[in-house]
Amino acid sequence: MASKKNKRNPHDKRRLTKRRLKEWLCGYMFILPWIVGVCIFFVYAMVQSLRFSFSNIIFSNGITFNTLTNPWDNYAAVFMKEINFPVTLANFGLGLTLQLPIIIAFSLIIALLLNSKIRARSLFRMIFFLPVIIATGPVMQQLTAQGVSSVPMVSQNTLLSILQGLPEFIYQPINDLFSSLILILWNSGIQILIFLAGLQKVPSTLYEAAKIDGASGWESFWKITLPIMKPMILLNSVYTVVTLATGGDNEIIQLIYDVSYAATKGYSYGAAMSWIYTAVVALILLLVFLLLREKSDKHVKYETKRPDLKERRQDA
Amino acid sequence: MKDQHKREARKEHFKKVMLGSAEKRGLIMSVVVYTLLITIAFIYLYPVLYMASRSFMDKADLLDASAKWIPSAPTLKNYKDAILTLDFWNSLGKNLYLALVPTICQVFITSLVGYGFARYNFPLKKLWMGILILSFLLPTQATSMPNYLLFSRMKLIDGGIKPFLITSILGQGFKSVLCILIFYNFHRQVPQSLVEAAEIDGAGHFKAYFQIAIPLSLAAIVVVSLFSFVWYWNETYLMQVYLGYGNTRATGLTTLMMELQKFEDSYNVTFDARASSVTSTNKLNDAIKMAGTMLSIAPLMIMYFVLQKQFVESVDKAGITGE
Repeated sequence: MASKKNKRNPHDKRRLTKRRLKEWLCGYMFILPWIVGVCIFFVYAMVQSLRFSFSNIIFSNGITFNTLTNPWDNYAAVFMKEINFPVTLANFGLGLTLQLPIIIAFSLIIALLLNSKIRARSLFRMIFFLPVIIATGPVMQQLTAQGVSSVPMVSQNTLLSILQGLPEFIYQPINDLFSSLILILWNSGIQILIFLAGLQKVPSTLYEAAKIDGASGWESFWKITLPIMKPMILLNSVYTVVTLATGGDNEIIQLIYDVSYAATKGYSYGAAMSWIYTAVVALILLLVFLLLREKSDKHVKYETKRPDLKERRQDA
Repeated sequence: MKDQHKREARKEHFKKVMLGSAEKRGLIMSVVVYTLLITIAFIYLYPVLYMASRSFMDKADLLDASAKWIPSAPTLKNYKDAILTLDFWNSLGKNLYLALVPTICQVFITSLVGYGFARYNFPLKKLWMGILILSFLLPTQATSMPNYLLFSRMKLIDGGIKPFLITSILGQGFKSVLCILIFYNFHRQVPQSLVEAAEIDGAGHFKAYFQIAIPLSLAAIVVVSLFSFVWYWNETYLMQVYLGYGNTRATGLTTLMMELQKFEDSYNVTFDARASSVTSTNKLNDAIKMAGTMLSIAPLMIMYFVLQKQFVESVDKAGITGE
């Protein structure tokens, strides 16, 4: 009896039925183009570029790899010779950590506004999504050159005079931040979309219940909206870091491009540079993830507390 | 006594209107919300408005501080110059070709892959998903160089569309991972019983995909198509790489964004401005640059305004976010 049951149960994972094998094959058929692509253009390319960075490549009738006596030569050279690189990298890191909270906060506020009952919602939506379409490297460069990247109404001078007392390395990024505030906000189109989609999934009954209990809108934002939106905040932060790190208007990327394809400096040098950059981006992503991940133990505590409460109530 | 009652009631009413009640937002809150919305909308639109107004100004207006927003004598000369500099119609045609064809491949392939990941269980699925996410998180700079070498060794870098075609067909186009994830998410939400029913009725797996899954995922297809098109249109880094370093406008493909990047040089060549004196009449000015910028985003803007309703609705339906 038991064995018969097992045979019929399609959810038994250990059993390799004909149907299951067919499903595997079918799954692989669907993702096959991507597997081929990712192996060539991602896995193989990553390995190649890692090899480049540890050797000296010469191009003449094909590629010759000259192994270096000290494998870290290229990496050392990046820091020794290219004076711009460490500075640009540090500026990038600092700029990113300043921009990230602004983008997240602004896109959340805009999403909240768009999600509330307002008139002309579609008009406002159209305006806020416009940067998704037109915010690109060359356009941004033109706008920055014109000086329209900062908010015209904020009197910059008064603000800057207050900040002038601060040391240079703090003052400079803040100054940059204010002088390109619009461009930063322009980077938050997709983030607004993601938050908006998240907000629409919050059941309205939660807010109604909170209202009956006498919670104000402010309280229900902190106690209902924000905890539910936490995974979205993580998602958005990761997305923001990735787009800012790969965007074309990024100085480091331009530097890597110029170095890699210049005849004098060469590929291996550029490869080392891009690996350092990759490591920095990965580190920032890791930090973001560690800061914003959901603490699972909190959840467990909440779950185990509830029966206690019930018991206590019954006792009383 | 009665008066007091009335006053009380009026006060209550006033309070209700200003601060709002359980059902309705108060006047104060409304003012705050709309002020915020309009301010932020203005901040968002400010560069576009500035660009538009500048692009119609003649030289006298540019120097005149009083004519900050409205050009005193709107002129189209800037646009004429910019069209010549960008080689606009030629570049537009090439750009459309370069954006549309890979977009179509990308949408089809990512839809297949997203469906495959959502619908089927197979060994090593988690590993492949992990690689998928990883290939999105790590910057493309590390991989772009070996890929360039690969293409150039296969003699595929000739200023043509081949590298873009190959990458998009193999699911490695611009931001392909995001497209795959959108489709993956969408197909996971669709009730599988529909597809399974078709399969039981004797339709093959691929037939079920074409006849049921594709029609069901129309919203996701619209979103992915629009995004892909915009991404291909706006990408400059990989375009530079794959179109070749020394690629010239005459021989190979180009995009408006790349033309915009070298706007100043092109202008000087087109109008021979560098050779003539500084006071020359055809020196490049801001208005012409702004006209050039307007022109290079115009096709996307037109597309967005025409399709924005479908766009917003599909984004809602497609459920871009992961669970």
